[in-house]
Amino acid sequence: MPMFTEEELQQVQDIRSHYPTNLAAVMGVLHMVQDKFGYISDEAITSVAKLLDIPEENVLGVVTFYEMYHQHPTGKYKLQVCTNVSCLLCGSDMVLKTIKDKIGIGIGETTADGLFSVHEVECLGSCGTAPVISVNKEYHEKLTPESINALIDNLKVRA
Amino acid sequence: MKRANAMIDYQPVILPSIPDLQRIEVYEQHRGYQHIRKAMGMTPDEVINVVKASGLRGRGGAAFPTGLKWSFMPKASDKPKYLCVNGDESEPGSFKDRQIFEFNPHLMIEGILIAGWALGLRAAYIYIRGEYETWVRMVEAAVKDAYERGYIGERMKQTFGTDFSMDIYVHRGAGAYICGEESSLMNSIEGKRPYPRVKPPFPAQYGLWGCPTTINNVETIANVPVIIDRGPDWFKAIGAEKHPGPILYGISGHVNKPGVYELPTGMLLTELIHDVAGGVPGGKRIKMVIPGGSSMPPLRGDQLEGVRMDADSLKEVGSAIGTAGIMVMDEDTDLTRVLTRITHFYKVESCGQCTPCREGTGWMLKVLHRLEHGDGGSADLDLLHSVASNIEGNTVCALGDAAAWPVRFTIERFRGELEAEIRAKSSHS
Ligand SMILES: Cc1cc2nc3c(=O)[nH]c(=O)nc-3n(C[C@H](O)[C@H](O)[C@H](O)COP(=O)(O)O)c2cc1C
Ligand code: SF4
Ligand code: FES
Repeated sequence: MPMFTEEELQQVQDIRSHYPTNLAAVMGVLHMVQDKFGYISDEAITSVAKLLDIPEENVLGVVTFYEMYHQHPTGKYKLQVCTNVSCLLCGSDMVLKTIKDKIGIGIGETTADGLFSVHEVECLGSCGTAPVISVNKEYHEKLTPESINALIDNLKVRA
Repeated sequence: MKRANAMIDYQPVILPSIPDLQRIEVYEQHRGYQHIRKAMGMTPDEVINVVKASGLRGRGGAAFPTGLKWSFMPKASDKPKYLCVNGDESEPGSFKDRQIFEFNPHLMIEGILIAGWALGLRAAYIYIRGEYETWVRMVEAAVKDAYERGYIGERMKQTFGTDFSMDIYVHRGAGAYICGEESSLMNSIEGKRPYPRVKPPFPAQYGLWGCPTTINNVETIANVPVIIDRGPDWFKAIGAEKHPGPILYGISGHVNKPGVYELPTGMLLTELIHDVAGGVPGGKRIKMVIPGGSSMPPLRGDQLEGVRMDADSLKEVGSAIGTAGIMVMDEDTDLTRVLTRITHFYKVESCGQCTPCREGTGWMLKVLHRLEHGDGGSADLDLLHSVASNIEGNTVCALGDAAAWPVRFTIERFRGELEAEIRAKSSHS
């Protein structure tokens, strides 16, 4: 099965048109892969290299450098907990504990049903509304034990 | 006392309280996209001179004079010229550019166009950290609207009646603090592994794809239309004389009302913490303040009286303005833990290219972990201090210094507190 639909290939063309080189389109295309499949497989790396006509090692070099490109599947919902200074001061310990009490997992773990994984992340640029977690792409700010429990319940319903 | 009533008489211009200003038609109703017209009534050099005369200094960390930076760009160039707008915003304690993306993106876009006219740009890339996906969408939507109204791209020629046109693109990062460093940012846009480059050559000579390039912070660029509109004298009269203008202070940590506040530069740190941000919860004393994002040297709570938030005033007390992200820590804060967390950040974000940075951050973290878990002693502080001093000044980019400063200055300024913590921790373990 091809990696991208016709419509998505159009989007790739659009990204390419933003830059004078094909290489520069690599991050945008990798974001598309990551968003669509939830991670970037070895086959995807080969396909992206072919699609952009750039060396595979360049694609791999980019994938491995950045935190947000995952080479392995994660939980459906990635609970990315900021534990940097402002969040630490405002209760990131409480966030991690509440998650642990609720779904039984800590940093680096995934629930058995594959629904949730917990990740420790660096400052999310949301220190004024600490503590913060980012779930996939959504920020949840000024967390309290109640709001974390409600969030997880909500995600379970959505799944 | 200078500007004691600054809070009362200051009207925000970067983040004014106009509902729905992020929508292009609302921005237009408030004279949006008129400032670029005004700029185009001047020669590019005149625009650069206005920015110089305003005294605007970069809001991305180094407070470098913006007009001067612009004047480094070659006038004639057979290569295209570029601007990178730095919205990587990954310095812990910084969360201000996001406000511009959300509440006033067209002000940034208009600033880019004015820079485009002044510098003869082919295109600008707005680099936004990957985690800000929600805000990437907002900025992309604003750029699209501005294209549709003919403010960006080929149609600019018709709209503004000159033969100048440029493009604006959004480039989304993918989670790497180092990409905020300007040369790493350019490598990131080029699709390379984003290692910082050795300087010289400087970006104005050899930047994106080897072409003349300027890098400016989002907030810096957002100040430009305001300067064109109200004039350099108006701007220069706001805040600190040598570092003037409106500035977005981000106040976080142990304060009652954390948030981003637009106020003049040069405000008293104590006024910002106690009056603007509502003071410390429970009326506790302040142990430590980091005034400009986690890379900047921390100040003691009993050292804050009279300190103003501008480049020169902070330099005098041995710190720096950085991103104006103020982190406040109360008397009960575990400094060893904070320092460990900060060092962990630099360790994982080091690109690994220079040995002192790669190895030094690793060593510091190991020693700090030991201290945090109660099996270290006071001599470890000397060890840490010496490792930090060996990183400083010996690396390709400023991340090395950024990792060393918090450690070195915390030890120099909080030795007594740290030793007490170490003693307490080892008696518990
Ligand atoms: C490790 C590191 C990270 C940086 N991160 C940012 C950032 O996120 N945003 C930013 O504007 N500047 C950042 N800077 C500073 C940039 O290199 C550059 O000086 C700045 O974008 C210039 O813009 P200005 O002159 O408008 O301040 C960083 C520097 C270093 C060394
Ligand atoms: S100082 Fe650190 S982050 Fe900067 S280039 Fe060297 S190793 Fe990389
Ligand atoms: S420290 Fe958590 S968002 Fe900045």
